[in-house]
Amino acid sequence: MIKLSNIQKSYKLGKNSLHVLKGINLEIKEGEMVAIMGSSGSGKSTLLNILGILDSQDSGTYFLDSQEIKNLDETKAANYRNKFLGFVFQSFNLISYKTAIQNVALPLQFQKINRKSRQKRAKEFLGMVGLAEWSTHHPNELSGGQKQRVAIARALVTQPRVLLADEPTGALDSKTSYELMELLQKINDSGETIIIVTHEEDIASMCKRIVNLKDGKIVEDKHIKQKLASEYV
Amino acid sequence: MFKRDQWEEIIYTISKNKLRTALSGFTIALGVFIFVVLFGFGNGLKNGFSNFFMNDNDIRVMRIFPTKTFIPYRGLKSQRQIRFENEDLKIIEENFGDYIDGISPRLNRNFLAIYKNQSNNFGVRGVSPEYIKIEKIGILSGRFLNQNDINGSYKHAVIGNLIKQELFKSENPINKFVILNGTPFKVIGVFEDVDGDNEEKTFYVPYTSIQSIEKNNDKLGTLLISVKENISYSSAILLGERIVKLLKRKYLIHPKDRGGIFLRKISDELNERNQFATALQIIVSFVGLGTLLAGIIGVSNIMVFIVKERTKELGIKIAIGATPSNILNSILQESIFITTISGLTGLLFGVICLELIGNSLSESFYIINPYIKFSTAIIATIVLIILGSFAGFLPARQATKIKPIEAINGN
Ligand SMILES: Nc1ncnc2c1ncn2[C@@H]1O[C@H](COP(=O)(O)OP(=O)(O)O)[C@@H](O)[C@H]1O
Ligand SMILES: [Mg+2]
Repeated sequence: MIKLSNIQKSYKLGKNSLHVLKGINLEIKEGEMVAIMGSSGSGKSTLLNILGILDSQDSGTYFLDSQEIKNLDETKAANYRNKFLGFVFQSFNLISYKTAIQNVALPLQFQKINRKSRQKRAKEFLGMVGLAEWSTHHPNELSGGQKQRVAIARALVTQPRVLLADEPTGALDSKTSYELMELLQKINDSGETIIIVTHEEDIASMCKRIVNLKDGKIVEDKHIKQKLASEYV
Repeated sequence: MFKRDQWEEIIYTISKNKLRTALSGFTIALGVFIFVVLFGFGNGLKNGFSNFFMNDNDIRVMRIFPTKTFIPYRGLKSQRQIRFENEDLKIIEENFGDYIDGISPRLNRNFLAIYKNQSNNFGVRGVSPEYIKIEKIGILSGRFLNQNDINGSYKHAVIGNLIKQELFKSENPINKFVILNGTPFKVIGVFEDVDGDNEEKTFYVPYTSIQSIEKNNDKLGTLLISVKENISYSSAILLGERIVKLLKRKYLIHPKDRGGIFLRKISDELNERNQFATALQIIVSFVGLGTLLAGIIGVSNIMVFIVKERTKELGIKIAIGATPSNILNSILQESIFITTISGLTGLLFGVICLELIGNSLSESFYIINPYIKFSTAIIATIVLIILGSFAGFLPARQATKIKPIEAINGN
């Protein structure tokens, strides 16, 4: 599903440049649930952004679904993001003036799908994250956990190949975090490939594989026995 | 182009940024408003000046006088007196009717006029019905001459207001008979002439009636021709030359002869007035362009605002798959919406303002009946909207280049 070879990335900071990713090799198969761990500043988000085509590597190759991601123009990149990738952020990033269902339907709007089918699909996915009754509420009327569920529904509504989540539980208390992980596990069980960036051990332990980043390199990559979030809730 | 979601977004962002929208919309509305009012004033000034300079239709009238020839030609001697004939009217009408508003002969006479015990000498002019297009005369009562009067050589007279006062006092002169040079003429109308007293001491009678009391000839005096409004100064000059050429051929006058026929061209004033009007138009257009430009800069400003304020939102949209054209369209549509609404508002207020001002400035500023043609106003507004979208295009395209991660993280 995903194959990274020798990915390098530096940020220019004035005259200096900050070498953030120093040769990342990583292969992720369909249906995996991977946690990317590492201390703050180790390059986790940078890596996830490259995976999400929100940023590009300086060198190295990235294959997504056996297509090489290289030299895409903005429109093509947008279409890839829209169709193949779902992105969930720590800070939810819902659009405040749109209702839950409008937020979920937004990526479909960019695909120019008609309003009626958008509405139907969005409703379905809101139901899947357990928020069917909240569809007409605006983000400011939702709790943190509910907002993140809306964000997950929005990320999944286009039925992407991979769900990317950057510290999705970072803004949530632990009980809500576990509930959210339970949802993500359920989604993964249905076959969706999920990559979660986190620095929390317990969250990582609910995934099936942990990739440890340190100083821009993968220092550890292990498959683990997944802990069921439902046992914590 | 405008889908329901787009409307929701536009309505939302506007309602959320009422002040900003109002301020930037105000710039555009003001631009259009100033344009409309100034343009209207320009037109009003033109009206004012043309009223000031031309109290008379004279400016569009050329006169053709028959005179004596200077050069012998085709066996004809020099010093031959030319006289125009009735058929010349028809010939000119047939050949140049497209350029001519009205044509009339003028046989000037001075006759003793008698009514009851009142009498005096007055000017009598034998003219055609079209004379009313040549001289600015307004009918106060009765009517002016018509074609029947000409055909029947009727002894009908249209009298100036001063003659009425002098001969008829408070009596109604219509259908009364006045004796002109011994022949009774029936008064059929009373006119006034803005040119003043002298003109109002005139009788207008059918030119055929003068011909009939004078030995039944068909000779005409001067020919007066008023040129149509839409004929430019230079074409009017050319027209005059062509008419003279035609008449010279008919009367066997040497083409180079400076006598025989004398043409008094339409006034140079027409030319000056045209130039003046053009100068005004240019000034007004410059001012108009300036204000429209200000409006366009206003649009550009709005766009920069919109993009800046919504960077994060745009970043989110890009991250979840909005294409550059999605982003571009949404921003352009919003700005076009604001521009259109504000532009039309400015237009409306400008037109209302002109309407309210009306003729109140005519005394002190010579601005008479300021107006803007509906089409001019609409075109200006449309141009503003189109240029506005062009001006907004750059900031909108900037928006498509937003780096989603930086936008979301708030850098
Ligand atoms: N756009 C950027 N410009 C410059 N430096 C950046 C940028 N993004 C991240 N960095 C730097 O790169 C390093 C890795 O950042 P990041 O990938 O966000 O780490 P993590 O998510 O693991 O905390 C950090 O030192 C960060 O300051
Ligand atoms: Mg991070």
